[in-house]
Amino acid sequence: MGLGGTLLLLIAVMPFAGALLPGLMIRAGRNVCAISTAVPTFLALTMLVVLAPSVMQGDVVQAQIEWLPQLGLSASFFLDGLGLLFAGMILGVGLLITLYARFYLSGEDPMGQFYTYLLLFQGAMLGIVLSDNILLLLIFWELTSLSSFLLIGFWKHLPEGRQGARMALAVTGAGGLAMIGGMLILGNIVGSYNLTDILAAGDQIRASEWYLPALILILLGAFTKSAQFPFHFWLPHAMAAPTPVSAYLHSATMVKAGVFLLARMWPALAGTDAWFYIVSTTGLVTMVLGALIALFKDDLKALLAFSTVSHLGLLTMLLGFGTQAAAVAAVFHVINHLTFKAALFMTAGIVDHETHTRDIKRLGGLRHLMPITFLIGTAAALSMAGIPLFNGFLSKELMLEEASHTDWFGSAYAVPVMATIGALLSVAYSLRFISHVFLGPVRDDYPHKPHDPPFGMWAAPALLVAMVVIIGVAPFLAEGIVTAAANAVTGADLHPHLKIWHGFTPALWMSVIAVAGGIVLLLLHKPLDKLWIAAPRPEAKAIFDRLIAGLVSASRAITEIGHNGAISRYLAIFTASSVALGWVAYSSGGLSAPTRELLPVSPVIFVGWVMLIVATLSVVTMHHHRFRALVLIGIIGLSISAGFAYLSAPDLALTQISVETVTIMLLLLALHFMPKITPKESSAGLKLRDGVIALGAGGGVAALAYAFLLRDIETISDYHLANSYEGGGGTNVVNVILVDFRGYDTFGEIIVLGIAGLVIYAVMHALLDGPAARRLKNTDYSHDRSRDRHPMMMVVATRVMMPIAIVVGAYIFLRGHNQPGGGFVAGLVIAIALLMQYMASGFAWTQERQRMEYHTMIGLGVVIAGLTGVGSWLFGRPFLTSDFTYIHLPPIEEFEVATAMLFDLGVFLTVLGGVMLMLYSLSRIARFAGETVNVDPMDYDPADRITDEEER
Amino acid sequence: MIEYALTFALGCYALALLLNLWRIAVGPDAADRILALDTMVINLIALVVLYGVWHSTAIYFEAAMLIAMVGFVSTVAYCRFLLRGDIIE
Repeated sequence: MGLGGTLLLLIAVMPFAGALLPGLMIRAGRNVCAISTAVPTFLALTMLVVLAPSVMQGDVVQAQIEWLPQLGLSASFFLDGLGLLFAGMILGVGLLITLYARFYLSGEDPMGQFYTYLLLFQGAMLGIVLSDNILLLLIFWELTSLSSFLLIGFWKHLPEGRQGARMALAVTGAGGLAMIGGMLILGNIVGSYNLTDILAAGDQIRASEWYLPALILILLGAFTKSAQFPFHFWLPHAMAAPTPVSAYLHSATMVKAGVFLLARMWPALAGTDAWFYIVSTTGLVTMVLGALIALFKDDLKALLAFSTVSHLGLLTMLLGFGTQAAAVAAVFHVINHLTFKAALFMTAGIVDHETHTRDIKRLGGLRHLMPITFLIGTAAALSMAGIPLFNGFLSKELMLEEASHTDWFGSAYAVPVMATIGALLSVAYSLRFISHVFLGPVRDDYPHKPHDPPFGMWAAPALLVAMVVIIGVAPFLAEGIVTAAANAVTGADLHPHLKIWHGFTPALWMSVIAVAGGIVLLLLHKPLDKLWIAAPRPEAKAIFDRLIAGLVSASRAITEIGHNGAISRYLAIFTASSVALGWVAYSSGGLSAPTRELLPVSPVIFVGWVMLIVATLSVVTMHHHRFRALVLIGIIGLSISAGFAYLSAPDLALTQISVETVTIMLLLLALHFMPKITPKESSAGLKLRDGVIALGAGGGVAALAYAFLLRDIETISDYHLANSYEGGGGTNVVNVILVDFRGYDTFGEIIVLGIAGLVIYAVMHALLDGPAARRLKNTDYSHDRSRDRHPMMMVVATRVMMPIAIVVGAYIFLRGHNQPGGGFVAGLVIAIALLMQYMASGFAWTQERQRMEYHTMIGLGVVIAGLTGVGSWLFGRPFLTSDFTYIHLPPIEEFEVATAMLFDLGVFLTVLGGVMLMLYSLSRIARFAGETVNVDPMDYDPADRITDEEER
Repeated sequence: MIEYALTFALGCYALALLLNLWRIAVGPDAADRILALDTMVINLIALVVLYGVWHSTAIYFEAAMLIAMVGFVSTVAYCRFLLRGDIIE
């Protein structure tokens, strides 16, 4: 990657880097803000100019950075003639728009935001035209949709702005989705996502059976973006945007992205019948329809919007022709359309700005009041009409010339006639723009007295109009860039000659007809307009709104079938499908014969089994009585923990019983504010359904466990057992798995636990601010309660227990690596020790003595665990690689230190913080409900006893 | 000889567990159930200790100690719920 490549990367990055500036610089004033927007654009443009000479000679500048090579995604850029043309347009017009917007935006508009969005959009557009990787191109494509959404909806207070932005995003976003599919197919056909490779493999692509799907999907993307029929309707609604946005997005850049894509993909996709008929027909229809609607639009910007639709159709049609001369015409028209249309949008903006209306029917006679604007607008509109000596004429001639010898389904007249009609309508609306706005008598009922704007506002359109005239008079000046771009599109070596006079060609006669007919149409405009208004025609927005409403209600209907808010339904769906999958797996017949014998059942184990069964059945029958169900659940927890102990997993037994204790406390805290009896809601049928599902699932799990236990199966446990000491430095395999082998999982889990704690806290906070709070305030606490609030015996017992429990916790934590224990259990044990104090002496008293916030504890835990993982990077090892060594510190015996212990400390802190925060959050409800708190440790403190003697 | 003693003891505690279970299932009072559950924890601790003796290993003794340390907390919580409604005031 040489100097050119570096410059190219800088060009691509510049707008994004620059986007950080305006938001800050607005504090220094509007001028500084505008300048800080212009500087990155200007720098990028300068670099582009530096690269231009070699590109014009046919060189291709390339730059590449590997990004995700496994996916074929690389941040690679290239600059050829086509890219140069578009990048120049994007940056050049970007500069002009920056200048124009500085004067256009009012003091109340957040200018910093506007320029930030503008630069983001500019960066995204540049990305599209410079990408050498179609995946990268897709990313930028989506970015333009998103950033243009922000720009179109910039005036958030206007409902039209918001709706227009939403519509634009919906349509272009949907097209973008289709295009992703098309591009992926294309990449699959070629075997590379590199644009250069794809463009070189045109024959292979066209021969593939996947050509047509890929073509249609990509065209959907291009057509939605470039507002081609039937997706044209979003563009006029996007005109609710501020005019600088319309001038930039809807004349020069975003809508041209679709055309750019057609041009870019031309070597790979063009040249087939499918391409010709789909692309050129769509273009032709769009051109005529857009021009027709434009003629009858009274809003200046709507007129221009539909004219843009029409001209985009023209470009699409030219590219659809698939000939080299048509490609030249298309490239040339891209330049010309940019110049006159951006100038026209800015003119419309000036008129709107000065007269406070864009309604053509309320305008007229402005030539005396705004002579400069009149001059600019007229020149640009004449170019749009295709009048000689303006640049629009040149490319329109080329277009008509191409159209005149294009055969369409065997008809030699279809395309030329339609093209002439399109041109004719184009003349009509262009002249209407001039005559109904500027000509005619001066009126006295403008909403605002108009006059020419300051220089800063008309400078940009004036410059564009100067280009219109210069190219129009001396077209050979544009030959260089047109040649370079056209060669890049076609891959051929063309030498087009752009000139005004071609002789008496069919195209000239078609032009003459168009101009003459256009003038006639303009003269007949009044009666025609009445007819048009009376005629029924589909309202695109209503159709779109209905379509969206239909889609929304359809998705809602689907959602509500499976997602109706009833957890019993989710569980039923989830469980039934799990059972079904299990059944499918079983019936595939891959189960080998059992290799083990059943062990004898000892009577004690049988008792445990009976306990489990009876307790489970009792929960099923008594679950309406919630407290009773909680006690029964206690039996199940106990039996499981005994089972763990029996199956030689004492640390699991301990964890189980701790979790059980904490859970019971959580449930009791919640139950206090809930009905004590669950109402009977399920019908008999529902109960039967749930019973069948439950039996199926339970039976399935039992069968699965039974099948596994009867077979010798190689498990990962063997590896863990073999490597735990050697690799992880610990003999407690469970702990080594948690903190070492599966450390990353544990890291994720503690984060989830921490988040769960925080979420419960936050939800409780929101709950207590909501309507539930009022109900809580009215809770009656006068019911029959024990007078023993904080019994002395319990207080003393828990105080005595506290140090013991903490020492036990520390002990379990420290030895965890080699013997039963670890951070998780230790966290739970300490949490229980603390909870006992809360229970015994009440919340207020305990909280006062608890110095560390539980939130902090969670954060600290996650940070410590994370840092332990990151620490291994310092030694060039992957995340969370653990290490251990032996230290001898007299007078203690030699002991082992493992980094895993540090990680375990993180686990410990998060568990402790999470559990405590959950209980803390739930116990807040009571105090919120008007419960009093106590500040004394116990109801009756013997230390405060007043002896009989003192009393006397 | 110790085997007979262990078998006898295990049988007794297993029987005790079943009786606890009966009390919890039948009630009639919430206090009966809580008390039976607490007794169940104690009986279970005994079983774990006996099991350790049977296999002559100390590790179960420790597990029994720890279960004893945290096992009573839920009993206290149940009781506070019955007496005061709110377990953390």
